[in-house]
Amino acid sequence: MNLTYGPEYEAFRAELQEFLRGWPLQGDEAKLPRNEQERLFRKRGIEAGYVYRSIPAEYGGAGRQSDPLYDRIIQEEYARTGAPGNRLNQGPGLLVPTLLDFGTEEQKRRFIPPTLAGEMQWCQGYSEPGSGSDLASLQTSARLDGDHWVINGQKIWTSNAREAHYMFGLFRTEPDAGKHAGISYLLVPMDAEGIDVRPLKQMTGSEEFNEVFFNDVHTPADHILGKRGEGWTISRATLRHERNLIGNPALMRQQFEMMLAIARRTERGGRPAIEEPGIRDRIAEVEGFVRCVETTNLRMLSAESRGEAMQVMLPMMMIKLYSTQVMERVASLAYDLLGGDGLLAPIVENDSIYDGSGTLRGGVHNFLYSMGPSIAGGASNIQRNIIGERGLGLPRDLRPSGG
Amino acid sequence: MHFGLNEEQQLLQETVQGFVAGECPPPRLRELFDAGTGHDPGLWKGLAEMGIPGLAIDEAHGGAGMQLLELAIVFEELGAGCLPGPLFGHALAGLAIQLAGSDAQRERWLPGIASGETLATVAFADGADGWDPEQWSLGLDGGSLRGQKQHVPHGGHAEFCVVGVAGGGFAVVETQADGVRCEDENGIDRGRPLATLHFDGAAAEILEGDAGAAARVRDAAAVLLAAEAFGAAWRLVTMTTEYAKTREQFGTPIAQFQGVKHQLADMATQVEASRALYWYAAHAWDELPAESAHAAALAKSHITDRAIEVARASVELHGGLGFTWECDVQLWFKRVLFDRAWGGTPEQHRRRIAELGAW
Repeated sequence: MNLTYGPEYEAFRAELQEFLRGWPLQGDEAKLPRNEQERLFRKRGIEAGYVYRSIPAEYGGAGRQSDPLYDRIIQEEYARTGAPGNRLNQGPGLLVPTLLDFGTEEQKRRFIPPTLAGEMQWCQGYSEPGSGSDLASLQTSARLDGDHWVINGQKIWTSNAREAHYMFGLFRTEPDAGKHAGISYLLVPMDAEGIDVRPLKQMTGSEEFNEVFFNDVHTPADHILGKRGEGWTISRATLRHERNLIGNPALMRQQFEMMLAIARRTERGGRPAIEEPGIRDRIAEVEGFVRCVETTNLRMLSAESRGEAMQVMLPMMMIKLYSTQVMERVASLAYDLLGGDGLLAPIVENDSIYDGSGTLRGGVHNFLYSMGPSIAGGASNIQRNIIGERGLGLPRDLRPSGG
Repeated sequence: MHFGLNEEQQLLQETVQGFVAGECPPPRLRELFDAGTGHDPGLWKGLAEMGIPGLAIDEAHGGAGMQLLELAIVFEELGAGCLPGPLFGHALAGLAIQLAGSDAQRERWLPGIASGETLATVAFADGADGWDPEQWSLGLDGGSLRGQKQHVPHGGHAEFCVVGVAGGGFAVVETQADGVRCEDENGIDRGRPLATLHFDGAAAEILEGDAGAAARVRDAAAVLLAAEAFGAAWRLVTMTTEYAKTREQFGTPIAQFQGVKHQLADMATQVEASRALYWYAAHAWDELPAESAHAAALAKSHITDRAIEVARASVELHGGLGFTWECDVQLWFKRVLFDRAWGGTPEQHRRRIAELGAW
């Protein structure tokens, strides 16, 4: 085993660290509005080959060869400095990889550059009120009428639908085809007539989610990815990208450090809680789980960089379920440390109270919010089915609908 | 960057796996377990022919000169097969002499340990909880030992024993010498019997070498037990998975019920995620001294906790059968109990994690 990256990679890291000294911006540039500063620095990162690294230059990326180790170093250094690097929200994180795999040349040229630049924001239209884990049962229809699709129905749990310019989503275009074969992947402008977006208030008090209602909404006929009826297959690829976004070990370590900050700040019997043996035992136990996520990620990264991804299929199948459970453990301990402050509502107006620095009420928010990832992108019990059936070779469940 | 096993290590793993499966399949394991001797000379000879007793001993002293990681890989297979025999204490004795012995002491003892011709073990526990070098109270009185050590693995088979003494040092005692009495403890794992060694003026030779050696051996023990518990836990997952595929209730294999399927998926996930933890701890012991003690304590406490959870779930999923002596699950269950308690409980190791942690 060798956990060093090697001279070539360390030279790259040094070069990147030098580049990142340019953040925060200085002088006149520091007076620009925050989003303008971010746009500027992101552009510099693309030119230097650090941001959107493996996306072809003609679509607005850096056009470099993808390398998991370079990607990891970039991720680490950008996270350490807090500089604006890759956006990992729905557009760049989920749609762009899907467009690169399945889009026409025209679609790529039209949609990818403004998405990377942050000028075009996206939301994901998958779930419906009756179709969560059994997503292929979705009913929202799109009927081809001349040069447009006409959409009717409802989507739910749509993050950022109010800010989005476009939705990428799954719609039933072939009502006579089978459950999975009748679905197409369409791109829908959110300002189209007949779209009604209604916010859904989460248990944390914030309103990240929305319901989206479609009433004879039109989107151009060529806003389809792949062919009619291929939407299910295409969405599977997108879902893989989404799962990759969830099991981020750097995020887990950050949450662990926040929990420690709370343990140092709160008191038990007149002493910092972190000095109390029972608390120390729990922290040490949670650290074991956190280290499992970190070392398993290291193992997967190493295998991937050596072209041995097949050797880590089992942990890859498991990491989403496992990581979300560990995040819940970290968040639960943080919540317990709050004591009486855990009685206080986490949110006053919006999420801005949660500034990521380990505020007490941030801890309450975090505990409530830690429920989310175990549901998003395939709920935990669905993950258990995948692990049981594909990983351990157990027989499939009885599925009355025959799906 | 390579965090995984190389081809040689994979080959070593497969070789030991093949040996265990061929020489000690469950029926043979059951015979040995029921016989309760904890030692089968044929199995030991087979391991010795593969060079396993000397795997981590210097080539200059007849060993293979490999590292703790390789030894840990072997212990994963020992756990997977629940192999009986004295390798655990023997390997630790070799490490102790290699780390703490003078040149002459190494020359004297290591070749016999490396070849497997001389059986050795270690004596750590002073009382029920005194596993750590700083807790050792057994005194040396003019070159002879008075007092006792508990939970000595294969104490009744070993020809000599590396004993932890007050101040955190080591002394070597011949178990057949005058003033040494060995008492069987009726340990829970019949593949790894335990003994109490009573010393009444027994002659002992102090190992030279620095005071850090005992702590290194303690950490190595934690890593090997973590690796073994990992192997045992995976075996329990696969045994129970196979059982659930064949056992029918309500006219269908129980594995088709989500309650069972999800429990198995959880067991497998908890175990698989900890594989990298033992790899990391072994690698840290070999190459990252600053992290080694912390990583060893994390691996020991975390993996043995998961292993006991998996072992309990395995019994439960086997139903009434799982609770019987006749069901093989109990053999692995008891190996996991050994791995968990020997060298300090998870709670004791978490106390050290807290002491060593940057928090």
